[in-house]
Amino acid sequence: MPTRTPPKKKPFTWRSQAFRALVYQVIAVACIALVVWFLAHNTATNMRIRGIQSGFDFLTSAAGFDIGESLYPFDSGEPYWHAFLIGVTNTLRVAVLGIVLTTLLGTLIGMGRFSRNALVRGLCVTYVELFRNIPVLLQLLMWYLLFTEVLPASTEPLVMGPLFLSKGGLNFPIPVWATGHVWATAGLLAGLPLAWLYRRRAVKVFERTGRTGSLFWVPLFIVMAVGVVGWLVGGAPVAFDHPKQGEFAIENGGALTPEFLSVLLGLTIYTAAFVAEVVRSGVQSVPRGQGEAASALGLSPAQEMRLVMLPQALRVIIPPMTNQFLNLTKNSSLAVAIGYPDVVSIANTAINQTGRAVECVSVIMLVYLSTSLATSLLMNWYNARAAIKER
Amino acid sequence: MSQPIVTFDKVNKWYGNDFHVLRDIDLSVAKGERIVICGPSGSGKSTLIRCINRLEEHQQGRLIVDGVELSDDVKAIDQVRKEVGMVFQQFNLFPHLTVLENLTLSPMWVGKTPKKEAEEKAMEQLQRVRIAEQASKYPLQLSGGQQQRVAIARALCLKPKIMLFDEPTSALDPEMIKEVLDVIIELANQGITMICVTHEMGFAKAVADRVIFMDQGQIVEQNNPNDFFNNPQNERSRDFLSKILGH
Amino acid sequence: MDAQTFQPIAPRPAPGKTEGLLPWMRSNLFGNWPTSLGTVVLGALLLWLVPQMLSWTLLRAVWVPQVEACRMDGVGACWGVVAEKYRLIIFGRYPFDEQWRPLVATVLMVSILMASCARAFWKPWLALLWLAVLGAFFTIMFGGVLGLSRIETDRWGGLPLTILLASLSIAMAFPVALLVALGRRSSMPAIRSVCTVYVELIRGVPLISVLFMASFMFPLFMPQGFTIDVLIRVLVGITLFAAAYMAEVIRGGLQAIPKGQVEAAATLGLSYWQTQRKIVLPQALAMVVPGIMNGFISTFKDTSLVTIVSLYELTGSMGLALNSDAEWRPFKIEGYLFIASLYFLFCFSMSRYSHWVEKQVNKSKLR
Repeated sequence: MPTRTPPKKKPFTWRSQAFRALVYQVIAVACIALVVWFLAHNTATNMRIRGIQSGFDFLTSAAGFDIGESLYPFDSGEPYWHAFLIGVTNTLRVAVLGIVLTTLLGTLIGMGRFSRNALVRGLCVTYVELFRNIPVLLQLLMWYLLFTEVLPASTEPLVMGPLFLSKGGLNFPIPVWATGHVWATAGLLAGLPLAWLYRRRAVKVFERTGRTGSLFWVPLFIVMAVGVVGWLVGGAPVAFDHPKQGEFAIENGGALTPEFLSVLLGLTIYTAAFVAEVVRSGVQSVPRGQGEAASALGLSPAQEMRLVMLPQALRVIIPPMTNQFLNLTKNSSLAVAIGYPDVVSIANTAINQTGRAVECVSVIMLVYLSTSLATSLLMNWYNARAAIKER
Repeated sequence: MSQPIVTFDKVNKWYGNDFHVLRDIDLSVAKGERIVICGPSGSGKSTLIRCINRLEEHQQGRLIVDGVELSDDVKAIDQVRKEVGMVFQQFNLFPHLTVLENLTLSPMWVGKTPKKEAEEKAMEQLQRVRIAEQASKYPLQLSGGQQQRVAIARALCLKPKIMLFDEPTSALDPEMIKEVLDVIIELANQGITMICVTHEMGFAKAVADRVIFMDQGQIVEQNNPNDFFNNPQNERSRDFLSKILGH
Repeated sequence: MDAQTFQPIAPRPAPGKTEGLLPWMRSNLFGNWPTSLGTVVLGALLLWLVPQMLSWTLLRAVWVPQVEACRMDGVGACWGVVAEKYRLIIFGRYPFDEQWRPLVATVLMVSILMASCARAFWKPWLALLWLAVLGAFFTIMFGGVLGLSRIETDRWGGLPLTILLASLSIAMAFPVALLVALGRRSSMPAIRSVCTVYVELIRGVPLISVLFMASFMFPLFMPQGFTIDVLIRVLVGITLFAAAYMAEVIRGGLQAIPKGQVEAAATLGLSYWQTQRKIVLPQALAMVVPGIMNGFISTFKDTSLVTIVSLYELTGSMGLALNSDAEWRPFKIEGYLFIASLYFLFCFSMSRYSHWVEKQVNKSKLR
């Protein structure tokens, strides 16, 4: 029997669900539009009365304030948008470093919950409960207090080898930039594709003959070796700029301010407690039977972890882990309470100087929204790709 | 008579300080013998076969598998696990790998077999359990009966001398039990040593050389299937049989 | 093979003990050599660190509020700063003689919070009780009636403010979150998009920006002549923020209800709102109680941010108490430790309670 086409859509009735839905939506949208109009009208009136100008044109006028620290020099004559850009780079600086450190620390503590040693387990539980239950702002303030009150003054700092630790921050030797370093960096970059090629060959050899080669240490060694070769080719520069005790402060060398250090440490230690919980629940989510089946097949504990438990655990760990990374980035906004010039801090100063509250707050929200949305999209793509296929 | 392939010699096991789960087990399994263990839940049947590949540790007595005595010696345990294959009640297939990858995992990473050879051997086993067309699917895309057959094929890839089955059909819907039992019966007829914990009495009658009835950690009675089912000697065996054959 | 005569064997105790303190120590602390090494190293570290901490915190500490005693050499923690300043820290800038009022108000609030946690109180009249307690709280704190003097909201501070902000914003956020969660699952695209935009917008930005918006922009939103209290502005900000996160938690619970429940309700002739009220929500909300508790704990911690917009709750009042007093300022760290332990006490008890509730809910699921 030939297939028939479905009948045409039924005629519209006033009593149908579709009509009612339409009415509800029209009412809802109308209410929201009314509220938005009311608020906008009030805002415009109030701003006119108070003589506050609006518009983003202030972004091109001179900032008129200095910024405590930045990746590259900034002076008060530069325009506002430049100041905001510095704020964004400062936020990224602490966020990226914080994410790397908190992943390492949090994973260690999360895995420590499964250690055979009861002392290690107890310490990990204590860490998580302690740092989870105290507000992050309080932790940041305490770290800042530690750096500014407990540490000695810059006139007599703590000396640990080549490092100086004082109220002025952490001063460390940095290499004097020379062409040799350019060669070294080029070498490291060149080493990466070489290591990748070696890995591909090793995997092919494994599939062909069954012999396992080292898939991590040898590629790492290759990358470092080519970097060293590059450094030698460039003349093997060894000059370091050492910090030394000046009259009032430490001079030369690289420096990390106490504001940066307290924000970084506070955020890392706070978020690591949550990352540890995420890792723990991920590892626990893999059923015990999987480990037993792997042992019954003769896999060693390391192989069992690498081939069976970890791939399944990672699928459960990655989404909440990304959430924690986003939380760390959003919590970096608290740097405004400490004086670290991140984007919120700079916007705060801008509001105080220009009164353009709406514009500055929207800039802050835009910066964070784009980060969150980009990460959400990435996460959704990863989830779809890595999902365990079911019926 | 040749050396038995599995010997339990006064094996005892406790959970904690008080729960005496295996009491003075004495058992010899000959090569090629097919054994069915039955009994009420909590009688220690699963624990007994899990001791054979050291998924559980016994505290007293000696347990010798294919000439190797099981102890804390890691090398001994590894050697035994290469010779003993196990099929679980919950299948325990690796959901993030395809059926073929599930089968080639151990031969490649433990047996150091090249990939192509491992895949060929895997396809042979998949054909043996009549599921070769699902090789590139993922476990959760298959039905329960299909998953258990893949699990059997995965255990067979190690070319084991002994196959252990821990209630292989208990987690399956009724209409899928037959396909799995048929595969196990075929295996049995090919001469492999087999120890199977199961409630499927029809299977026991068809295949077993010996039926062992366990209760409260002890071997209460063992006999060939005919004599055991038609003429149970012990009161506890009679009690148990009346419960499961009754309905 | 003939059946041998069967002799039942009585259970015997295990030969070597596997439970009890010594066996536990043997396997958990000295199981293999890496474990033993770890125990030795960590044990040594703890044995060195813990007595020092105890000595600083307790043994050598000064408990009397005397600055000279604290400044002496070799002295440990100066808890005298707490003894001296605790009223300022806990009650903020509330006038000294009237501080019995925030005390009473806080006790009332904490009691109804604890009562709401007990199963026995989960009855309809709990909502009325909440309204009564809230009314009493505001009356006592604000005054102006019953012979109590009027104290403006910008003098409110410390612990009462923290508890008020947290409880009130969660209480108000809950109905909003419920509506937004239902709206996100609605089949009407306009409502669904509005709710989705709201949730994704708020979850994508930090709380501080919402508070800035509330603090700087809300006065502009008000029509001419209207001023809104800073407390109300901050409250609205925190409520909007908490509602977005709670909406996601509730939505998770709604998604976990099988479709069959709604279908069964439809065959019985129940309307949409009846189905939600009688079938879906009771099951979903029971499932998400741990998530809601977590939301409360987060909001409780988040109240510390209002310090940045000049409302002096617990963290802010601490800073206020010590920043201006040059004598006691060197002992700020003890002040911080004091309020950190207060926060820890509250948050830890709430998270323990939430674990207990989760266990209860799971108990009812097992047959």
